Amino acid sequence: MYSANFDYYRPKTVAEALELLRKNKGARVLAGGHSLLPAMKLRVSSPSALVDIGRIKGLSGIKASKAAVKIGALTTHAAIAASDAVVKACPILAETAGQIGDTQVRNRGTIGGSLAHADPAADFPTVIVALGGTLTATGPKGDREIEADKFFKDLLTTALKPGELLTSISIPAYGNFPGMAGAYLKHRHPASSYAVVGVAAMVGLVGGKVARVSLVVGGATANPVHAKEAEKALTGQEPTEANIAAAAEHVAMAITHPMGDVYASGEYRTHLATVMSRRALMMAAERARG
Amino acid sequence: MKQNVSITVNGVKRTQEVEPRLLLVHFLRDAVGLTGTNVGCDTSQCGSCTVLMDGAAVKSCTVLAMQADGSSVTTIEGLAQNGNLHAVQNAFWEKHGLQCGFCTPGMILTAVDMLQRNPHPTEEEIRQGLEGNICRCTGYQNIVKAIQFAVGAAIKRREDPRFIQGKGNYVGNIQLSGMAHLAIKRSPYGHARIKSVNTKKAAKLPGVIAVFTGQDLIDGGVGKLPCGWNVPNIKVPARWPLEVDKVRHVGDGVAAVVAETPYIAHDALDLIEVNYEPLPAVIDARKATEKGAPLVHDDVPDNVSYTWGIGDKDACDKAFAEAQHVVELELVNQRLIPTAVEPRACVAQWSAASEEMTVWTTSQNPQPIRLLLSAFTLGIPENRLRVISPDVGGGYGSKIFHYPEEIITPWVARKINRPVKWVGTRTEASMTDSQGRDHVTKCKMALKKDGTITGIHVQTWANQGAYISTFAPLIPTALYLTLLSGLYKVKGIWGEMWGTLTNTVPVDAYRGAGRPEAAYLIERLVDMAAHDLKMDPVDLRRKNFIPKEEFPYQTPVAFVYDSGDYHKLFDKAVQVADYKGMRKTQEAARKQGRLVGVGVAGCIEASGPAPSRVAGALGSAVGFWESAVVRAHPTGKITVLTGSHSHGQGHETTFAQVVADELGVGIEDVEIVHGDTGRVPFGMGTYGSRSAAVGGSALVNAAKKVRAKAIKIAAHQLEAAEEDLVYDQDNGKVYVKGSPDKAMPFGALAFASYTAHNLPDGMEAGLEESAFYDPANFTFPNSAHIVQVEVDRDTGEVTLQRYVAVDDVGKVINPLIVDGQIVGGVAQGVGQALWEQGVYDENGQLLTGTLSEYAMPRAHQFPTIETARIETASPHNPLGVKGAGEMGTIAATVAVANAVMDALAPMGIKHIDMPLTPEKVWRAMQK
Repeated sequence: MYSANFDYYRPKTVAEALELLRKNKGARVLAGGHSLLPAMKLRVSSPSALVDIGRIKGLSGIKASKAAVKIGALTTHAAIAASDAVVKACPILAETAGQIGDTQVRNRGTIGGSLAHADPAADFPTVIVALGGTLTATGPKGDREIEADKFFKDLLTTALKPGELLTSISIPAYGNFPGMAGAYLKHRHPASSYAVVGVAAMVGLVGGKVARVSLVVGGATANPVHAKEAEKALTGQEPTEANIAAAAEHVAMAITHPMGDVYASGEYRTHLATVMSRRALMMAAERARG
Repeated sequence: MKQNVSITVNGVKRTQEVEPRLLLVHFLRDAVGLTGTNVGCDTSQCGSCTVLMDGAAVKSCTVLAMQADGSSVTTIEGLAQNGNLHAVQNAFWEKHGLQCGFCTPGMILTAVDMLQRNPHPTEEEIRQGLEGNICRCTGYQNIVKAIQFAVGAAIKRREDPRFIQGKGNYVGNIQLSGMAHLAIKRSPYGHARIKSVNTKKAAKLPGVIAVFTGQDLIDGGVGKLPCGWNVPNIKVPARWPLEVDKVRHVGDGVAAVVAETPYIAHDALDLIEVNYEPLPAVIDARKATEKGAPLVHDDVPDNVSYTWGIGDKDACDKAFAEAQHVVELELVNQRLIPTAVEPRACVAQWSAASEEMTVWTTSQNPQPIRLLLSAFTLGIPENRLRVISPDVGGGYGSKIFHYPEEIITPWVARKINRPVKWVGTRTEASMTDSQGRDHVTKCKMALKKDGTITGIHVQTWANQGAYISTFAPLIPTALYLTLLSGLYKVKGIWGEMWGTLTNTVPVDAYRGAGRPEAAYLIERLVDMAAHDLKMDPVDLRRKNFIPKEEFPYQTPVAFVYDSGDYHKLFDKAVQVADYKGMRKTQEAARKQGRLVGVGVAGCIEASGPAPSRVAGALGSAVGFWESAVVRAHPTGKITVLTGSHSHGQGHETTFAQVVADELGVGIEDVEIVHGDTGRVPFGMGTYGSRSAAVGGSALVNAAKKVRAKAIKIAAHQLEAAEEDLVYDQDNGKVYVKGSPDKAMPFGALAFASYTAHNLPDGMEAGLEESAFYDPANFTFPNSAHIVQVEVDRDTGEVTLQRYVAVDDVGKVINPLIVDGQIVGGVAQGVGQALWEQGVYDENGQLLTGTLSEYAMPRAHQFPTIETARIETASPHNPLGVKGAGEMGTIAATVAVANAVMDALAPMGIKHIDMPLTPEKVWRAMQK
């Protein structure tokens, strides 16, 4: 397939990129290109210009501290999946990165691109919301921090303002916190490899009881959603099979307008969300027990 | 605005000014001229375009050349070092890890990346690691074996070295001086009247050479696409290369652009203004015949193109009247999109001086295509028209047929007097390649209480799509209803069908073609009966088998089965599968509340369509013989010309084996030429698993004639009687009995034939013979497949746990290749059972038009497929072979479906239509 023509810019710095975005109103940011280029090839998207941020130094890389892991927006899925620092400090993120697309996609696709594109079937948004990550947007006026919960606004829509660039993502290094664990489960679309439903569960145990729980469902709705009723139901409980199953029964309440397609209806996605939540919570609880 | 890009490709720095939109894959193929990197899809799924960029595997169709600026890229051509194949390339060759070769470069580079990260992957890790690469031929099994083999360090296929080095000669790789590029404007509607087509803006775009409408082509002399199988009273509606009055399916062509580059041609498509009046559409095969349904063609009332029936209706009625038990089923055998990883393509070159046209096309049968172009659609006489099918990246039936682009491309080439190339995109392939299956069927089976089958009754509405494709009426008639006897001795069989027109892509042969549809309903009914009668499904089958003493066996539905031993076949399958053990596993799992199922299928195939006289009586417009020429050169080297075409099946190896064996020469001395009407005589091509049985038999007969002549020459020169000579087939020598020291080698006899100094009186010089082989009958391969699955009780997901395929494909020439065909076929059959479906909405929109929606099987979805064989020779061809190309597909679909139903039996579920997606299974479990 052949995309329409466009102007192409390759800034060396964030400042240059921001200036190019200011000057070219119809421009799109190109990172790994694994969401944008297929859409352009099908001529579903025909931006007048691309600002290729792939060569900007300092946008790629992983820095882990005791409390948080900071990941540059241009870091590839493959790098995240293979990072010892991530595996130790935030294992669910590495586990998720390893399930995205396929080898070739992981070698090119970036975490920033995935989050900024906000595809409902993507994996990272679900996990970042579950982790309570913080995203840094850089604009003409400097940096601005956005909570993951507030970042995803609608289908393919984020809190990024025109002219802003997502530059890094910070997530809690829960791997360093005793009693804390997570799990990400994905029902993979047999053709696209995207998540039909993805469930991220984080469980924190104190004295054998669930002190903190974060349960987020992606793929079923325009953006990932916290299964708040389920979280509430499990908090303070022992993570037994029965308690977890009872809590998971509340997941459907969070999914008010499920999406459907040829492969899976909204009703089935809601059902999958329930089953997978139960399984992800079980797995996370088991891991949390150590 | 063009920009400079500099990429080091296989160690050589390449600098070029490019449009920023140029993809890395097009940079490699068109700017650098390395065509080993292929394009198989539009959406980053297939992985055929995989290259290493700075050491990591990437899909070069999803990287701009500008993004690769300054990087180092390794393509398949750069993998071998100093003439030595890379270990992974060698491993693919050694383990038969490829068939058509199109996906192979991407597979190999992905494997290289995988082994760099993980030098000792498990089978599971290998299968997972291939998630980003689609193969339609192999079923992945030998690819997995190859990667395992590469870690450590039969007759290998002779065609493989070119494929594993990216030197396959696919149509899309052809570059000719001054070549222009064609693109087709296609209908976005399932059904609409064309009110006007305005090409002015498009024609003005810089770089556009010309724009043509359907009327331009008609005015320029093109003809309608003909039907090659005319059953009695068929109505074949008009189909033009580009339509003029109405469009009848999404993707129907309305205009063609020829431009300097494919990018510009596609830009111009957006500038063609077509004014459509949308019309109501009809999609469903049965609903199309109902009162008030929209008419696809005004001259075909009720949308019924033809009807057909076969069997003994009275015996069938009697069987049901007297039946002690009846099982009934209404089913949908869903629409499939064949999806050869190489999209169709066509290149044409007109020589104004000699008034000769050369057409390169992705066809399984270039000779019939030339005939159709000459006699019906293009009008250039055969002696001035050369059609070449070089390497073809998979077909599975979809590349048998005559397609509009094969007419438009040469027509435009002659019109503008320049070579012209058209390469379809995946999206175009999905909406223009003939599709498969799509039956709505009501069927029932009559039995006695003891499980004896007494009657089968079938009614089918077969969706033909918007037009009658080249062989469409053959599939649901003589390749479907004629198979309703299965492996069983049943008297009362009746089948009837309606071939209906709808606003969907035309339907024609797809691997199995009619026979999997028959096997599916018979074997589903048998399983349902076994369940009702509380019999083991293997026992019920055994009770009804045609005994081996009764071959040749005349069925009530026309066919005479040639040979078989179905009890022995099942003995083997039961033993290899440890069927009893499987049932114990199932029992234990059920006690734990798990849904484990065991599926059995016993299937028959009619392969190698034949004989021509009968085919003609049934409606065929062509013969079903095959041609061969065996040409011994003066030095004894041999060139073999065959009318069969290889697109993954390995003819260059198998056919060379057959001729080398017959003449006792080395396989390396035999060269196989196929696919070029300028080099090989008229022949029929490859489909219906006919190549070995029909093409191979023609070869044997021609080789026998060569041998007979060589013996005559030897007798003359050795001054002995022919009957006193020994033809030493191991060493290719002829000698007088008792005097092996005075032998004449084959090369000396060939040389003598050409010097003609000392030949018997009256003998013509030369050592070249031809044969046309018209088989006396089809061959009837058969199979027993046993499958174990587990269904996730909560989600409905199906996991294949074991797959055992035992087949009787007659005598085996090359076991490596036969196993490859069986396993690849199984993967396609499993694909239909579990994942694949072409879906249209009520307006005729194709909802599964890209590989992001159409679920192709992937490596990680399969266990190792266990294969075994019995051999009962076919008595009526000289090789004793039966077809091997389709049996895997025919048996797999229903074996898996039966396994899933067996798993769900405790919940009272009797049938779910395919594909057995998690949601469908889950919904059935809710009832």
